[in-house]
Amino acid sequence: MAIPDWLRRLRDRDVSAEDAALWTKCPSCGEMLYRKDLEANLSVCTKCNHHFRMSAYDRINTLVDGDFVEIGMEFLPGDPLGWVDKRSYPEKLEADRLKSNLTEAVVTGFATLDGFPVALGVMDFSFRGGTMGTVVGERITNLLEEARKRKLPCIVFTASGGARMEEGMLALMQMAKTTQAVERFMSDGNLFVTVLTDPTTGGVSASFAFQSDLIVGEARASIGFAGRRVIEQTLRQKLPDNFQTAEFLLEKGHIDMVVTRAELRATLVRLLDYAVDRKRVAPALKAVPEFAL
Amino acid sequence: MNVIVEREKGPLQELEARIAALRERETGDSSDLRDLEEKYRILLADLFGNLTPWERVNMARHPKRPFAGDYVDALDQFDELHGDRHLRDDRALVGGLAKLRGRRVVVLAQQKGRDTKENIRRNFGMVSPEGYRKAKRLMEFASRFGLPIVTFVDTSGADPGIASEEHAQSEAIASCLVALSKVGVPVVATIVGEGGSGGALAIALADRVIMAENAVYSVASPEGCAAILWGDAARAPEAAERLKLTSADLIGFGIVDRAIEEPLGGAHRDAPAFVARVLDAIDQELRVLEPRKSNELRDARYEKFRRIGAWENESRARLATALT
Ligand SMILES: [Zn+2]
Repeated sequence: MAIPDWLRRLRDRDVSAEDAALWTKCPSCGEMLYRKDLEANLSVCTKCNHHFRMSAYDRINTLVDGDFVEIGMEFLPGDPLGWVDKRSYPEKLEADRLKSNLTEAVVTGFATLDGFPVALGVMDFSFRGGTMGTVVGERITNLLEEARKRKLPCIVFTASGGARMEEGMLALMQMAKTTQAVERFMSDGNLFVTVLTDPTTGGVSASFAFQSDLIVGEARASIGFAGRRVIEQTLRQKLPDNFQTAEFLLEKGHIDMVVTRAELRATLVRLLDYAVDRKRVAPALKAVPEFAL
Repeated sequence: MNVIVEREKGPLQELEARIAALRERETGDSSDLRDLEEKYRILLADLFGNLTPWERVNMARHPKRPFAGDYVDALDQFDELHGDRHLRDDRALVGGLAKLRGRRVVVLAQQKGRDTKENIRRNFGMVSPEGYRKAKRLMEFASRFGLPIVTFVDTSGADPGIASEEHAQSEAIASCLVALSKVGVPVVATIVGEGGSGGALAIALADRVIMAENAVYSVASPEGCAAILWGDAARAPEAAERLKLTSADLIGFGIVDRAIEEPLGGAHRDAPAFVARVLDAIDQELRVLEPRKSNELRDARYEKFRRIGAWENESRARLATALT
């Protein structure tokens, strides 16, 4: 039965106008989700289990015991190529700063997870698509070097569209820089864990993301080297829905496990418990001046 | 369509034909020939004297350009080693043992094909995970036996196909980067044509990076960059302009250490001599690196890439202004 126009108008206005900020539509199942409920459920759809992308600080809040001591904030993006297209690169950065409340596409620092001190890096897709430019490379490298000094385990959550075009080759070189830092960090016997979240592709995927001791894929995350669109355009064919999903990669043997967001924290704590001596790393954080244990 | 190939047609080709014909007929010196040759030089300078980044991209992709295999062929000696020991032999990446100016080296080269048949065999120079795994195994071999690693880069990018994704292209490239971080032997990479993105870097995390003057080395192909940013691959010339992908740009950024000047009109106009000059340059770089100890090499390599995009001082200043 057709809905009368007046009712349609009323209903549309109710959901989409004044209350738009309160509601989010699930892109997977179409369900209208009350934003507070969604947040309480770790940004996972209560109906179909779709995992929404998460902001770096929201992610950190779901993981850490208490304090998070951020480091690397002093590394801020410049404009090494003097890039201009529709907007200048500094204008794009400024727009993303306002939109995301972040200064770059990764947040790094120290925290404890169920008492385990860790160095933690979390990428955020909402800042320049999580692309890796010089500052992302610098912050990740800095995190690994600081963690290495303190012999702390390191966990990095990846979310990235690849290398950042607007920083050209300087961006590509961050693959070399971060890889070397991971190599040094791991060679010293420190644990490196990556959690691949949606999406993890290109330069990040082909460097530190797949270089770790343990690779965890977040449920349904899209993970791959070449972007799905690039492959479809090159081959002129549609790819199956599950192609490049965490579940697909698990099947192919590329990652250790697929974990839902609800299980992620507990899983990471168990992994830390297998590989890390809690007593040995506990004093390490005392070396971080701001850290109050 | 290659803009350099197009430019070589017409007057330049006519002049070349006339010079060739005259040379065949005349013996000794002739003023006619000298006039024509002078005209030819002027035309060359006119056509190729001042190339834009997009023109250099086309030069780097010129079908007659010396390919990686031409450099390998010019080595004293070469024995190819095949396969990744798991799945297959990737012919887009040629690897093996060689002698360069008398010394033993491990060579890795990304090889394009000159014709369709060869290009299909070589997958257009786009390396698959199997190729990177072969490269990784040869890097580790080189390190164990103290052999310097010499690489020739020429790829539009790593292979983006379904099979490559299924065989973990990301992990394969990452593992090459890890291997090159670890090796205790000199590594010299030369970008001879296209250095396309992570697929190129996988064999170019080196102590010294050399670049042919008209080669390009880029975070993404100009077409790819234009498609990503503007949804329109046809805007590639514009992307080429912005990406700062020429040898001069990259020397300026400290990403490339040395460029080898090409003959006017491109390396293919005097390929054997150009190839020899590149091998001489590699030889010189290796002489400098060879006396160094493994740890020194590794530490210097770490610092070389560690410095790139280390914004500390600048960004501290920016932070200070941002906070006031
Ligand atoms: Zn849903």
